[in-house]
Amino acid sequence: MSTLHTVNKSPFDRGSLASALAHALPGDAILLIEDGVVGARAAAQKTADLVQAAMPACSLYVLGPDLAARGIPVTDVVGGMTVVDYAGFVDLVAGHDRTQAWL
Amino acid sequence: MSDTKRFLYVNRKAPHGTVYALESLEVVLIGAAFEQDVSLAFLDDGVFQLIKKQVTTGIGVKNFAPTYRALGDYDVKKVFVERESLEERGLSEDDLMAITHENDDEEDVSSVEIVDRARMAEIMAAQDVILSF
Amino acid sequence: MKLAVVVNEGPYTHQASDTAYQFTKAALEKGHEIYRVFFYHDGVNNATRLTVPPQDERNVQKNWSELAEKHGLDMVVCIAAAQRRGILDDNEAKRHGKGDGAANIAPGFRISGLGQLIEAGIQADRLVVFGD
Repeated sequence: MSTLHTVNKSPFDRGSLASALAHALPGDAILLIEDGVVGARAAAQKTADLVQAAMPACSLYVLGPDLAARGIPVTDVVGGMTVVDYAGFVDLVAGHDRTQAWL
Repeated sequence: MSDTKRFLYVNRKAPHGTVYALESLEVVLIGAAFEQDVSLAFLDDGVFQLIKKQVTTGIGVKNFAPTYRALGDYDVKKVFVERESLEERGLSEDDLMAITHENDDEEDVSSVEIVDRARMAEIMAAQDVILSF
Repeated sequence: MKLAVVVNEGPYTHQASDTAYQFTKAALEKGHEIYRVFFYHDGVNNATRLTVPPQDERNVQKNWSELAEKHGLDMVVCIAAAQRRGILDDNEAKRHGKGDGAANIAPGFRISGLGQLIEAGIQADRLVVFGD
């Protein structure tokens, strides 16, 4: 049994990424979408450390189209995070027992 | 007839700044008719939804806080409040309104359980459907 | 799988409706069944037929109406949230004396109770929320 956690806001804007990571259990997945993709950038040390600490217990994903829309190259993403498209998002929803939106 | 599912309503925002607290409560009340296994979670700023003595006359909006106290009448008995969220905000269980339900012996017992973050995570992981607002 | 999609925000102000739309489209392309798309809070505003966005921008309401028509989607707008925000069908407009022609709900959307959200949670294999 595992959960897909979605985070749609920037960690500089909301505590939702921190809260999601604080409640995720080993085997869970976290997917950054919309403005949440700001949290995927390796260059932002504080948030990159937060995200990296969740791995490898949890799997981290980021929605590619939202990165591109914000001019964030895939190469800027924290190591170990997988870039997915909407089809990948659907697969994540299907592949975990429940989806929890951290708004 | 399908088995009952475990529904968790997640509340993470303070009341009134946005409509989510009110409208999520409305889902809980309507949802009661479906007799599922319902739990409510209050964490992060959501703990403010349960603070006693809310007075809304000054901001000109309806005070819906009394509705939480009626949750027992809607067969909602599991109200989980996160300890760390309270402590981070300098709050304690004493600041929260009493929410009760009648147990099998027809006694009024508290529906509120203060749980630590790790336990809250376990509660979340045990649900079938998670509604976030 | 049977998926239930919940849209908590209106068009344009938040990305939620767009993300939900792209997700729903992708799920259908993968052969999943969308049991229901439920619009709550400001999400009911996706259902207005009166929107006139610029020609060179996506039309969020039409996106949903056309997707619903193509795939026979059940798109439900919560009656309580709709009443608060002024989304009415003919029935509601008459019931509340809003005058002839007041109904503003777009094709493919229907107004119903919050019970439809719970029912979707019960019947679907997965429920995904898109909000702010």
